[in-house]
Amino acid sequence: MLENRDLGGELRRFGRLLLSEARPKGKLLTPFNVISIPVILLGLGILVVRFTKGLGAVTNLSQEFPWGFWIGFDVVTGVAFAGGAYAITFAVYVMKLEKYHPIVRPTVLSGLLAYVFYAGALVLDLGRPWHIINPIIGNSFGYNSVLFLVSWHFMLYMLAELVEFSPVIAEWAGWKKLRRILGALTLGTVIFGVTLSSLHQSGLGALFLMAKSKIHPLWYSEFIPIFFLVSSIFAGLSMIIVEGTISHRVFKDQIDPAKHHTFEDIILGLGKGAAISLFVYYFFKLLTFVHDRQWTLLTDGWGAWYLVEILGFVLFPCVLFAYGVRNRSVGTVRVAAVMALVGIILNRLNTSVIAYNWTAAVRYYPSWQEIVVTLMVVFTEIWVFRWIVLRMPVLREAHELPAQRARAGAPIPSTTV
Amino acid sequence: MDRRGFLKLAGAAGAAAATGPARADSPPEPDSPEFWGVLVDTTRCIGCRACERSCSLTHDLPVPDIENDDLLEHERPTSDHQWMVVNRYETSRGEVFVKRQCMHCWQPACTAACLTNAMHKTRKGPVIWHPDKCMGCRFCMVSCPFEIPKFEYNSWNPKIQKCNMCWERLGEGKKPACVESCPTDALMFGRKRDLMEIARIRIYNHPDKYVHNIYGEHEVGGTGWLYLSAVPFEELGFRTDLGTTPYPEFTRDFLYGVPLVLFGLPALLLGLSLLAEKESEP
Repeated sequence: MLENRDLGGELRRFGRLLLSEARPKGKLLTPFNVISIPVILLGLGILVVRFTKGLGAVTNLSQEFPWGFWIGFDVVTGVAFAGGAYAITFAVYVMKLEKYHPIVRPTVLSGLLAYVFYAGALVLDLGRPWHIINPIIGNSFGYNSVLFLVSWHFMLYMLAELVEFSPVIAEWAGWKKLRRILGALTLGTVIFGVTLSSLHQSGLGALFLMAKSKIHPLWYSEFIPIFFLVSSIFAGLSMIIVEGTISHRVFKDQIDPAKHHTFEDIILGLGKGAAISLFVYYFFKLLTFVHDRQWTLLTDGWGAWYLVEILGFVLFPCVLFAYGVRNRSVGTVRVAAVMALVGIILNRLNTSVIAYNWTAAVRYYPSWQEIVVTLMVVFTEIWVFRWIVLRMPVLREAHELPAQRARAGAPIPSTTV
Repeated sequence: MDRRGFLKLAGAAGAAAATGPARADSPPEPDSPEFWGVLVDTTRCIGCRACERSCSLTHDLPVPDIENDDLLEHERPTSDHQWMVVNRYETSRGEVFVKRQCMHCWQPACTAACLTNAMHKTRKGPVIWHPDKCMGCRFCMVSCPFEIPKFEYNSWNPKIQKCNMCWERLGEGKKPACVESCPTDALMFGRKRDLMEIARIRIYNHPDKYVHNIYGEHEVGGTGWLYLSAVPFEELGFRTDLGTTPYPEFTRDFLYGVPLVLFGLPALLLGLSLLAEKESEP
């Protein structure tokens, strides 16, 4: 199967590769490591308390606010950030827009990791996580639950993204035949993945449909699922712009210098997509606002807060994106992307936490432990992202891989960190 | 179990087998003779809180000090260690006491929210919770319009705590503990359609004593617990803005759309992909 070698020998070789690659390489004392390692260790300590003393020991959750920062930010916002993977795979494999091919791999990788880590962080929030298997094994299928659908689509989508990313792993391991087989699965997997994504991105919004009596009317709408779906597109595209910009600086030596110019072109293209989806989103919001005649709600503090979100972090970045694309100003597009991301954080936190139970006497705000654990999740994801990017052909071309070098008998050079 | 009970159970099992499992899980009709509930006549309640005590004793919860009236100074919600509370309200017609607990909706939001069927609407009406299925996601708490399910935040093995209409006592042919302990007949246990009739008769006989409205008749599609009052329900801390739509209806359109998208969208995407291929050819 694998290059006509015997399977045992091949697996032994892969094991050696994994071992040689597993060790950290290069400097350990980088600024990122100095900040992230203590946070991760502290986060682990907090989790020990959380799993022995209960959620109340480390979070500010209450009977009025059953869902807090871990759901509102890690899951509801984090999953929107991961929307780039389905947007880009749709553009490249369905619409055949070859221009975006160079960013497929890093985007799919960050999408996959976002799901594993952010959706995975859901487990930390479950009161009885050992029963997480129940909706999967079939002794208790809650077909009527939106959460049941969301959990199944999450799970299947992670699988689809793993298949989408698997050619990279096969190249890294030097499995040419397997690489071809996995490559042939791509279009089918992408179509499956885009379908699942559109369902669970909107499904995340549908979770709040039954909270009708609790969410402030400016944020509640029967169209929440559509809002969540459309906003996940610009959230995902903006995330690629920001994440890609950072990756291009940090992993400069991974990228062919000739490709740097293409990347700016890609950012402008993504900015165009973001401008359009932001405008569609703004238009939908406006339409429901006018249709529900919510003018009188704008007079108090909640109304002002709503305007900050809609005008400051939807309409303004939309205009900024359009301006940046028109004037080919990559810098402007990057600023717009950051603003759109802030807007998404505002919108998701407003819907799930801030404007939720807005009449409650005591407000919820996250405890420092909740924030540390969230940072821990984000930092751990970056560690894994860095580990993979430095070893597998994510940003660089597939030639000159450690597996092939090792096969040729050359020593494996140490990469930085 | 006596012979009669056995025959009843066998008959019910046979009927369930004949109609299939889907029937067994569907909620009972609001007027079905199986749909049990409790009528609370707030004009009869004297605020003795004997019900609070009997509820706690029945469910192994900390027993509240019902002699201490200071607790009535503030409106109390139910909690993870108290499934029901009696609150005092100063109204336009004087002091009124109102008992609060799970409303046991006809079509509950919590059971529609639950992805593991841990929250379950029984054929008899009570909404009960299965500890061995629950993941502790608290979506039931997010969805419940009455904010009834409560969570044990300070336990490594937390439970959802809420009134189960004394499900275990009903199985033994007894009434809910609160109803049994009520000294003034403010609480009446029975089939919903019988309770509705009694409530209407009371309003008819004493049109000046009651508001002509039964809370729970239509709210969120109808609830198992019904309330009579002398003053508008707003004055008693009831939410009157919840509407008459059963809460699961809010997600029904979305759920119906899912299979359409699941099968329709891939075909559309494949078509788009083929179209894009043709166009890119020279």
